[in-house]
Amino acid sequence: MSANPIKPVSSKVTIKIPGSLYNRLSEIVDGSGFNSVTDFIVYVLRDLASIQPESSDFPPINKENLSQKEIEAIRKRLKSLGYL
Amino acid sequence: MTSNLVPPHGGRLNPLLCPRETLKDNLESVRGLPEIRLTSRETSDLIMMAIGAFSPLEGFMGEQDYLKVVESMHLADGTLWPIPITLSVDRKQADGLQLGTDVALIDDESGELMGRMTVEEKYGYDKQREAQQVFRTQEGAHPGVAKVYAQKDILLAGPVTAFSEGPYPRLFGSTYGRPKETRAIFAEKGWTTVAAFQTRNPIHRSHEYCTKIALETSDGILIHPLVGKLKAGDIPADIRMKCYDVLLDKYYPKDRVVLKVYPMEMRYGGPREAVLHAIFRQNYGCSHLIIGRDHAGVGSYYGPFDAQKIFEEIGPGELHIKPLNIDWTFWCYKCDGMASMKTCPHGKDDRVLISGTKLREMLSRGETPPKEFSRPEVSQILIEYYSRINRQGDAK
Repeated sequence: MSANPIKPVSSKVTIKIPGSLYNRLSEIVDGSGFNSVTDFIVYVLRDLASIQPESSDFPPINKENLSQKEIEAIRKRLKSLGYL
Repeated sequence: MTSNLVPPHGGRLNPLLCPRETLKDNLESVRGLPEIRLTSRETSDLIMMAIGAFSPLEGFMGEQDYLKVVESMHLADGTLWPIPITLSVDRKQADGLQLGTDVALIDDESGELMGRMTVEEKYGYDKQREAQQVFRTQEGAHPGVAKVYAQKDILLAGPVTAFSEGPYPRLFGSTYGRPKETRAIFAEKGWTTVAAFQTRNPIHRSHEYCTKIALETSDGILIHPLVGKLKAGDIPADIRMKCYDVLLDKYYPKDRVVLKVYPMEMRYGGPREAVLHAIFRQNYGCSHLIIGRDHAGVGSYYGPFDAQKIFEEIGPGELHIKPLNIDWTFWCYKCDGMASMKTCPHGKDDRVLISGTKLREMLSRGETPPKEFSRPEVSQILIEYYSRINRQGDAK
């Protein structure tokens, strides 16, 4: 059985993050226009999850090669949009 | 009268509604034609084409236009266009239609004959790709994506002639406005700079503040509420109209504001929908579109200012209307007035910030939000509305 069972699409899950990370994200979010740290995290992760396999910059997303390059691209995008 | 207004997108208004004097012949002409049932979104898009709001479109998009719009926000001829305007049918019906034949377009909900189309193309398409490119997500929980996924598998394309504007002229009377009419109003007033305010919600203090900022820098403003279909939980158009009427009556200079509604269905497409909003406001004669926080957004699918940033991707000369970008606005107790993230040096504890969810809860309980958040007259209308729907809910 998979360690990460698939959830129904209508459900939500709780993810735990370190308090220090939450505090840092709160500082980033303050005044950014995001309503909450949750909204910001969901926005970033949706962006990460939507990276297109056919993009020439990135290989297909799978757990073997989710690389620093993809994460850096997200960071650059957020910076260019003014959220970081 | 010479007009100093921005030109329509594509250079001229292109309303596709048949002239009144030819309506009878047109209605006769579709007898016996195959019928295509339109979803509410397709009907509202047809009406937007009918009144010229979607100029320069001639009908539902062909494959080349569709693909280019999905991938790059442009029609095949290079004209800026951010969201596909399409008509879908199932494979069986598509197989039964010959290219070059005419079909009757019927609104599926009302049964009304809305127009006629010549079928020039029929083609398959990638719904997931459209969702990802247009809505930046493939999640079916996104209301705009859900509508794409609910579409049938074949798109029909061709020029249309519209026969009707649906119920909107009757429901909204003189408040229902067509681009030709608003252009005439603005020209008569001698306006050149006109800022449009898009809304699908009642106008609270933060929105009012955005419009007042626009009034400082424009000849006038167009308060332009969407009255097409919304998602469940949104405030219906008739309630919103009461809110707009009382607000404009009490808090705006009457000679500098025009209130007109438009019949499009909301897609909640965030950035790309902001560009669509800009295009058809340009057709309505507006030189600016007010874009605040999370314009045309839903949930947390878009960053709060993505809808402002997308305009930086538009090339010079592609769009005459300009975004009037305004930051997050709120009442600040320390500033002792309305302010924004750009003008207020204080912290969130000094600001009146109420989420949509919390607002609905307050109103449902009959609790009046602070006057710094919403004008009391508007709050009262909304409290009465929620009280009525709560009673209806209890009665079931």
